Amino acid sequence: MTPALQIDGLCKSFGGLPAISDVTLAVAPGERRLIIGPNGAGKTTLFNLITGDLARDAGTVSLFGADVTRLAPHQRAHRGLARTYQIITLFAKDTLEHNVLLSLLGLSRVRWKTLAALTRHADLYDEARRVLGLVGLQHLAQRPISEVAYGEKRRVEIAMALAQKPRLLLLDEPLAGLSREERAAMKDLITGIPREVTVVMIEHDMDTALDLAERITVLHYGKIIVEGTRVEVVADPKTREVYLGD
Amino acid sequence: MPHKSLAILGVLLAAFPWVSGEYYVNLTSQILIAAIFAASLNLLVGYGGLPSLGHASFLGVSAYFSAWLYLKLGLAHWVTAPAALLGTTLMAGLFGLIALRATGLGFLMLTLALSQVLWGTAYRWVSVTDGDNGLRGLTRPSPFGMNLDDATAFYYFTLAITVAAMWLMAKFVSSPFGAALRGTRDQPRRMAALGHDVWLVRWITFVYAGFWGAVAGLLFVYYNKYIHPSSLSLITSAEGMLSVIAGGSGTLAGPILGAAIIVILKNYVSSYIQYWNMLMGFVFLAIVIFMPQGIVPGVRDWWARRRQ
Amino acid sequence: MQFWVIQTLNSLALGGLLFLLSSGFSLIFGLMRIANLTHGALFMLGAYVGVSILRHIPNLWVAALLGGLVIAALGGLFERLILRRLLGNELGQVLVTLGVAFIIADFCLMVWGGDPIPVPTPPALQEPLTVAGFMFPAYRLVLVAIAIGAAIALYLLMERTRLGAMIRAGVDDMDMARAVGIPVSRLFTTVFCLGAGLAGAGGILGGPMLSAYPGLDADMLPLALIVVILGGVGSLFGAFVGSFIIGFVYTFGIALAPDLAYVILFLPMIFVIAFRPRGLFGRAT
Repeated sequence: MTPALQIDGLCKSFGGLPAISDVTLAVAPGERRLIIGPNGAGKTTLFNLITGDLARDAGTVSLFGADVTRLAPHQRAHRGLARTYQIITLFAKDTLEHNVLLSLLGLSRVRWKTLAALTRHADLYDEARRVLGLVGLQHLAQRPISEVAYGEKRRVEIAMALAQKPRLLLLDEPLAGLSREERAAMKDLITGIPREVTVVMIEHDMDTALDLAERITVLHYGKIIVEGTRVEVVADPKTREVYLGD
Repeated sequence: MPHKSLAILGVLLAAFPWVSGEYYVNLTSQILIAAIFAASLNLLVGYGGLPSLGHASFLGVSAYFSAWLYLKLGLAHWVTAPAALLGTTLMAGLFGLIALRATGLGFLMLTLALSQVLWGTAYRWVSVTDGDNGLRGLTRPSPFGMNLDDATAFYYFTLAITVAAMWLMAKFVSSPFGAALRGTRDQPRRMAALGHDVWLVRWITFVYAGFWGAVAGLLFVYYNKYIHPSSLSLITSAEGMLSVIAGGSGTLAGPILGAAIIVILKNYVSSYIQYWNMLMGFVFLAIVIFMPQGIVPGVRDWWARRRQ
Repeated sequence: MQFWVIQTLNSLALGGLLFLLSSGFSLIFGLMRIANLTHGALFMLGAYVGVSILRHIPNLWVAALLGGLVIAALGGLFERLILRRLLGNELGQVLVTLGVAFIIADFCLMVWGGDPIPVPTPPALQEPLTVAGFMFPAYRLVLVAIAIGAAIALYLLMERTRLGAMIRAGVDDMDMARAVGIPVSRLFTTVFCLGAGLAGAGGILGGPMLSAYPGLDADMLPLALIVVILGGVGSLFGAFVGSFIIGFVYTFGIALAPDLAYVILFLPMIFVIAFRPRGLFGRAT
């Protein structure tokens, strides 16, 4: 079975300091993979290498069997890759609807039209509202991002990614900064993502994240220390060492 | 702008020559040309987040190209105009390839350097441009047999083109492409992750802005019937930038208003003091420091504060 | 052959002047992220101020020193009173430097008039040096020596002094520099004064070669820009190499193909942009 995501021998250094050292991993289609590790382990760097925001020093990245190592980020999006960000990078002055619209445009040929008014594309607006409905924010569609709460912004991040109908979804700390109720709601949201979408998640909040994961990869100083099913990883003494020792 | 206000403005502009003398008709023609120039620059600065100080390149090259084809090859206006527009737009494509290797200040410096090289070349390539003498003996076209040497006729000609330009630019910014452009201005990395080809969006906008700058250049050379290297100078680009920030870069109307203010100021001031550049410098300082959003929002806020 | 000697020396001398001009520009951009479009005007103002000083103290070196100090002080005032208010507003800062450039240009026109003012070469250097049958204009040789001296002095400043260490830290990573307690705002003023002073001194030192004339600012600024684009922002070595490359390209361009000299200036720039967008020696911007 062709892995949804295949990374081979990925290396990245910043000015002599290795951030990712020879990382090899494969994520099966439909899998829910969790990447954990202490701060500075290289989790977000790994994501940036997968999306193409960072250029790798060595190694390859493949999506569904196709080598995307040399492709620019926007080209990888067209291959079915979507991501959310740890720090909110939404379009603050625009409405929730407009934010999702930009996401929908990213993969639509409509984005090159220079003469027709955007507002005439009712189908896009309908789809934007539908996607906002998926994350329970349809009622706020006309509000500017700057006026909604942090928890709601996090859900918009998910909506933006879901709007792309991705095959591989990277979630960068989707639970960060959320209250207990919000975390439970977000967990339901993530659990509800259909199986056609492969989900790889970075998270710090163990309690919630462990439930969402089927397989877990533990990163430390840019290397994979432990990898396996949830049960295996939790039981492995090296995992405890990474978090409690050193 | 709401449709009613636009209609009123349209009527005023159309009726204008019937109630004003030739001086004011000519002044308004200059304003319209400057408005096209500033509005096209604003596509880059305001909507694209790409500050350019080289916009004079398009105005100047278009003007020189048209003038040269007319004077040296004796070609008619209906040939020189499209040729000048095409040539300048191609140049914009090339300049865009160079300038967009950077963003922000790097982009600004590249546009400035490219434009300055053209300016210096215009002075020195005497065999083509006649250097500091400029090219004179130019004529205005006669579309449909109209005599555009008449101030009012030229005004209507310019007005028609300006209306078309603004209409098309308005369509551009409210289109899906325009939305994508603004997205690349606000969050370029995010836009790339969403599948937008940020570089291509910017390059297309650069070329489009260059095209309208070239249109302004044609109208400019027709109006003056003369072209001089100073039209390629940093001062010309700066006047465009000043119009954009004076009127406010957030809207399509802002630069038009800004252009009107700058042209009127320049014409008025030139009759009293010879140091227009110094005045422009002070106006730059005043706007950037005290009213960075532009005169319209600035005055509005100041008025609101006075009322409290 | 004498022609080639003269042109080479002219190239070196122009390169030296460009270094004085662009080293400051490069430092200011590299450290403060400000594209100081006033720089050409500061060069020109230095030339004019030097001319006035020369009318009272007919010594070019004194005029250069005093003129440099005056321009440095003006630069410092500009930085503290105006640029500082616009911290974080990159475009705003560029636009005010543009505005001040226009103000200075018209100010010079007001005070010194529209005619070019020649600057006499110091009497000691008026006779050309004759070596191996070739004549070398002495002043140009001295200019090159001054530029090299300035380059060495700047190098020592950057590599051997605390100030230099702070500048290099700031160019590398401004947030980190602030975090380790570097007095960033004082550093900014110092660097701006330094850059302005170098430009101003360069203006009067270039006087015997270029004179002081309206439009000197507009002639020098694009050259400085191209040098910095070529050599890389924030790199003194890049400014040094770039200055001499442009000095040669421009001088020989004017001598051999005067009509197209400016177009020839395009070429190194395009070449660098296409293959090394950060400039020959620059860091990430």
